[in-house]
Amino acid sequence: MIEVQQLGKQFRDKKRGMIRAVDGISFRCEPGRIYGLLGINGAGKTTTLRMLATILAPTSGAARVAGYDVVREAQQVRASIGFLSTATALYGRLTAQELVEYFGRLHGMNVQNLRRSVDSLFSRLDMDAFRQRRCDNLSTGMKQKVSIARSLVHDPSVMIFDEPTAGLDVIAARTIVGFIRDCRAQGKTVLFSTHVMSEVEKLCDTIGIIHNGHLMAEGSLAELRARYAQQDLEDIFVRVVEA
Amino acid sequence: MSWRNVGVVYRKELTDSLRDRRTVISMIVVPILVMPIFTIGLGVLSVLLVGRAMLEVPKVMVLGGERSPSVLAALHALPDIRIVPARPDYAQEISGKAIRVAVAIPPDFDAAVSRGDAATVRIFMFQGELKSGFAANRMQKFLADYRVRIVRERLQKRALPARLADPFSIEEQNVAPPEKVSGALIGGLVPYFVILLCLTGAMYPAIDLTAGEKERGTIETILCSPVSRLHLVLGKFFMVLTASLFSGLLAILSMSMTFLAGKKILEHLSSANNWASSLAVSPKAALWVFLMIVPLAVLLSAALLTIAVFAKSYKEAQSYLSPLTIFVILPAIVSMLPGVEINARLALIPVLSTSLISSEIVAGTYHWNYIVLIFVSSCVYAAAALALAIRMFQREDVLFRT
Repeated sequence: MIEVQQLGKQFRDKKRGMIRAVDGISFRCEPGRIYGLLGINGAGKTTTLRMLATILAPTSGAARVAGYDVVREAQQVRASIGFLSTATALYGRLTAQELVEYFGRLHGMNVQNLRRSVDSLFSRLDMDAFRQRRCDNLSTGMKQKVSIARSLVHDPSVMIFDEPTAGLDVIAARTIVGFIRDCRAQGKTVLFSTHVMSEVEKLCDTIGIIHNGHLMAEGSLAELRARYAQQDLEDIFVRVVEA
Repeated sequence: MSWRNVGVVYRKELTDSLRDRRTVISMIVVPILVMPIFTIGLGVLSVLLVGRAMLEVPKVMVLGGERSPSVLAALHALPDIRIVPARPDYAQEISGKAIRVAVAIPPDFDAAVSRGDAATVRIFMFQGELKSGFAANRMQKFLADYRVRIVRERLQKRALPARLADPFSIEEQNVAPPEKVSGALIGGLVPYFVILLCLTGAMYPAIDLTAGEKERGTIETILCSPVSRLHLVLGKFFMVLTASLFSGLLAILSMSMTFLAGKKILEHLSSANNWASSLAVSPKAALWVFLMIVPLAVLLSAALLTIAVFAKSYKEAQSYLSPLTIFVILPAIVSMLPGVEINARLALIPVLSTSLISSEIVAGTYHWNYIVLIFVSSCVYAAAALALAIRMFQREDVLFRT
């Protein structure tokens, strides 16, 4: 479960002064459902997700992830989430197995649990063939699989994806989309940010349209279509943003 | 505080760094090779160059010397110089290295010498130029021998013993123990190289573990794991410190071996008991120099991490860290200047104090009061630098600087 209440983040920029990257947004994301944050570049998606992953501290409002407060219980939050984005790169000089095991150890897993989890993930994601290969020598698709295994090794109840398919080819992107669906099927809470309309249409149970740090509209695809009397999500998005 | 997490981060960083060619070169290869190359390599090169300069038959211009056939004949009889015709632009010829020296003999020199009148012979040379220096020395020696010959001839004419011109002999003898001689010869070099290599050995890992993480995009990956930033920075810090200390240790070992090899070579070259026999760093001195380096390595490692974490990329980090090299080299050089000796005030200046006390240790002098003072003050500076590094890792504007 993710609960966000009036969450805000201000930055001080040398040239532009104070900037409200996220300005009092609220939403709720349930287990077994996918919540999609849809917005253009610079809308505040990444900042919101980074606050929920406790990488950045909010300047106002509150948020709870898996029942833990993102400010007061940051470490428990991080222990409960799997965070995946195109920015979450891999350590190129570690092998696929070493990398996944490293993150398992950081999650405090003991040797038996870690081995079981790693073996199961490598088998499920069909990664055994490149288990001992250094991440630098892997293809983009293989790297994505390692990233997925890295984010899943501790079996988190909440998954946060920040534009996970940006810059990926069709095959690699399909792997990610399939993985997000699997997470929902396993009853995990899934929060997903993107600016790709088709992915939102395919995946999300609830859509939140974010623009200039504000949550402008929220609802299921059907609800949004009814509310804005438009069938195409892109048209709905443009209407919401221009309003 | 979970030391387990610090250990997990440290082990990963160690594995990762040891697979980085740049880190291995700066941490292992450079400390092992720099001293043999610097001392033996440069030594052999300079011996070769100086030897070649000494073998040269210098061109010497003889000016004046009118009606002085004796001295001119003696000069022309010298087999290891080449006399060239006199020209008025001798100064330019010397500056342009066309000739090495010019010797000006006053007119009627022979007669003046016979009469016992004062006469001055001038040698014109290019000061600071090696080959001109050798030629000037050769002329000095010729004129000194010529003078002795004249004195001996005069004594002989008067039936006086030759010993009159040389009433006593002079002999120099070293009384300082070998380690003191060693300290005077190489004491300044040891800390200079060890400190420098402690810095360079830690520089690449420090950049790779901070700015490198930002550049490769792994900083976000690690920050969303449950490891706290304190544990993260400590794990990274211990890795950088390992690189620094390992480089320092290898530098000390390599230096000790190089001096030992140098000593053997010099002893082999010269059977006489000379200063070569004292060229050594004792195991005790090596151990104490290493101990004094530990807090300094902590300070340097923390400083490197603190500065490098500001940078967004490898390149930017390198440009930030280059001035630090000057700040470290400069005090180490100052410690080698003549007359700079350890005192209570200098004991509080980081790098300089370690450099000075290490020179003393290599020379076999253990000022325990200063050793304690320098160790404690270095520990305080190191703790402050580490606290600053930890603070930097808590700052979003530093970690996500755009």
